[in-house]
Amino acid sequence: MSGTGPILELRNVSMHFGGIRAVENVSFRVEPGEVVGIIGPNGSGKTTLINCITGFLKPTRGKVLFHGRDITGMPAHKVAQLGITRTFQIMRPYHSLPAYKNLVVPLCSPRARRTGGWRGGGRHGDRDTVALDILEELGFERDSRVPFQAAGTLPTGYLKRLELGRCLALSPEVLICDEVFSGLSASEIASLVPLIRRINEQGLTILMIEHRLRELFQVARRVVALSYGEKITEGPPEEVTAHPKVREAYLGSEEEGC
Amino acid sequence: MNAQPQRRKERIDRGIKARAETIYALSSLEELAYLLGPRLLFIVGFLALPLILAPWPYWHRVALSVCVLGLVSVSFDFLANQVGLVSLGGAFFFGVGGYTAALLNTAWGLPPVLAIGLATVVGAGICAVLISPCLPLRGIYFAIVTLMYPLLMTRIIEAADILGGTEGFRGIAGFSSVWTEAYGLILGLLVGVFGLRRYLAEDAGLVIRAVKENDQSVRASGISVAGVRFKALYLAGLLGCFAGAYYVHMYRSVGISAFALDLSILPIAATVIGGGGTLVGPVIGSLILVPLSEVLRDFGSLRIVVYSLVLAGFVVFRSEGILVFAARKYQQFERWVEV
Repeated sequence: MSGTGPILELRNVSMHFGGIRAVENVSFRVEPGEVVGIIGPNGSGKTTLINCITGFLKPTRGKVLFHGRDITGMPAHKVAQLGITRTFQIMRPYHSLPAYKNLVVPLCSPRARRTGGWRGGGRHGDRDTVALDILEELGFERDSRVPFQAAGTLPTGYLKRLELGRCLALSPEVLICDEVFSGLSASEIASLVPLIRRINEQGLTILMIEHRLRELFQVARRVVALSYGEKITEGPPEEVTAHPKVREAYLGSEEEGC
Repeated sequence: MNAQPQRRKERIDRGIKARAETIYALSSLEELAYLLGPRLLFIVGFLALPLILAPWPYWHRVALSVCVLGLVSVSFDFLANQVGLVSLGGAFFFGVGGYTAALLNTAWGLPPVLAIGLATVVGAGICAVLISPCLPLRGIYFAIVTLMYPLLMTRIIEAADILGGTEGFRGIAGFSSVWTEAYGLILGLLVGVFGLRRYLAEDAGLVIRAVKENDQSVRASGISVAGVRFKALYLAGLLGCFAGAYYVHMYRSVGISAFALDLSILPIAATVIGGGGTLVGPVIGSLILVPLSEVLRDFGSLRIVVYSLVLAGFVVFRSEGILVFAARKYQQFERWVEV
């Protein structure tokens, strides 16, 4: 299955809702081990694009390929089982369950049972321990009460990490982050950046939707810019931000990214 | 209470609750009793019921009706409060179980025990498969469509004159003795309730609760939400079909009344009274509702009025349900504190 080709490829993906063209003719490739950023103003179709890749939406036209295999229109849980996982922009924890139990759920999935989940820990040892291991890696102090608190009572910073944890529990190949930095303070972001870098170094390919450009550029080597559902350009961060169309899209956006 | 706004009520866990939560509960009889007492009371109470009621055959029957409604109510509570599917298909489970058992017994000559067992397992499968197309529906829509199933079955049986038509089946084998009859049903109820509670405490049960809380996250975790719901539907179907199959063998006949809507609606009342989400609560609710309904027979046509008043009283004054209320009193004490 693997090989040298791109791990993820979009070919002319379009998503229309009635007359609204949320995503129009977007194509790009992601190579294994890369961190790719997707930027664009509000409403430019970034999240819709993610939904198309992860099976939460079926694209109107176009193809999504994973390791060269067509996964267009595959149901979301099947896509996740293949190893493409995503976080949600609006965090979706299981509010009444303790934080660590939130991670036991993905550890129960067929993929985690087959691959052993995060670092193969799901195969041996109990799931609760593996869940606590993941949370510790993500900065939940193991000896504190935090991992045992109901997820609904956790502050945003922890919930963002919990979203990441839910993805990591599946030991995915591709991690898609939908604005993990949004709503976080500068210091919280500063602690997340090395974490994401570390996840990438462990071999995960990462696709990041982000508004916080400065922080995004600390991890992403390549950026795809969207505007009104269309890809306007892609390339290294400096080139993309200097691109006139990108500047236009952000409307004289000298302040953006700060 | 409102006259003194500077005071408020505070609820604090009882010391014994905290002590009995851990392994140390094993170290003292008092804490063991605290932990197991309520459960034992429930189990022993139900097991003793036929013995206590032996002199009154009428009330003995009523006790068995409590178990039958209890099973269907637990099935409703499980689907509504744990899985997040408000199902009004209780009568469908009951009817499918009943008719399957009747067919197995009359056509194939299976003895009651086998007929009930098989009808439970197969009936639940039939129910789950037939209801599964509705699984993408949510909330009130799922409730309405599942309500159609028992109605539809009645009409189909009437119109097509299948499965004995309006006459139904008679001459179904009964039980060898009153005791087998009573204890088979009570054991079924206890196994159903505590089995489901146990299942929910396992990781598989965790996934079910997760689906109720956030199905999108479950999909993103690589788990098929439809699959989880189907499994839950099957489990709920087991309880409902068992109740139906047992009832048919108790009364030795089955007719379209097996799909009567009572068994879709009464479980809601039993769950509200007993306490939703607890699985034991609905049984307590049935334990109150069924005898109450019998006692009220003396009121003649006013029966339904009194019945409704009692129900309304529960909803207004104890809307959390008896079991939730009792569990809180058992585990916590309240005191007034100065703010």
